[in-house]
Amino acid sequence: MAEPCQPRVRVQAEDFDAALEIERLTAGRRDIGAVVTFTGRCRDEGGRLAALELEHYPGMAEAQIRRIAEEAARRWALSGLSVIHRFGRLAPGENIVLVVAASAHRRAALEAADFLMDYLKSCAPFWKKEHLAGGGEGDWVAAKAEDEAALERWRK
Amino acid sequence: MKLVYFAWVRERIGKESETVALPPEVGTVAELLSWLRQRGEGYAAALEQPQVIRVAIDHEHVTHETRLPADGEVALFPPMTGG
Repeated sequence: MAEPCQPRVRVQAEDFDAALEIERLTAGRRDIGAVVTFTGRCRDEGGRLAALELEHYPGMAEAQIRRIAEEAARRWALSGLSVIHRFGRLAPGENIVLVVAASAHRRAALEAADFLMDYLKSCAPFWKKEHLAGGGEGDWVAAKAEDEAALERWRK
Repeated sequence: MKLVYFAWVRERIGKESETVALPPEVGTVAELLSWLRQRGEGYAAALEQPQVIRVAIDHEHVTHETRLPADGEVALFPPMTGG
């Protein structure tokens, strides 16, 4: 197998453009047969939420996402991989996270994107606080046992 | 030793970070959590269920059995909710 691709990782307050990130991974490439993108967005939970405040651990967030992305690049034959995770106050409808995985064939890109999202959920140092539609602060979003359990299927 | 706190651990303790001098009997992450719990109400509230607290040393996840380094940054935080 060829050398693993070098993942692109960004942790930022600003929004991202999925089409632009696809272009960055694929421009001029004739060997890429599949591009999978996953975009995670803030939802209003049936009108209950005004926003989510995403807190992160600067430095570790980038390092941890990079470790997860490099693991994905070792496990699957990827042509390119980008991960962008936002922080700060995000309103319903806004983007939170982007994964773009490119490969010669679809299976590697699909599985790598799925793997990335499972690990970002439980292993990347971000925490979400709810801001309520009626004003005021809600609770911290609790980690779900099923998210932790989702990691099991990737353990060799 | 620099300690940094996030999310509800930070809110309950009431500060983002602090530098502490640990007594010699505090050698592991678990012992650090027990020692911190004695430091006041906020600490006790933040660490009342120590088993749920996640810990990183110098930006890497560690277990509660891990030995503390002589110096460095130890982060305490709740289970993560990224993605």
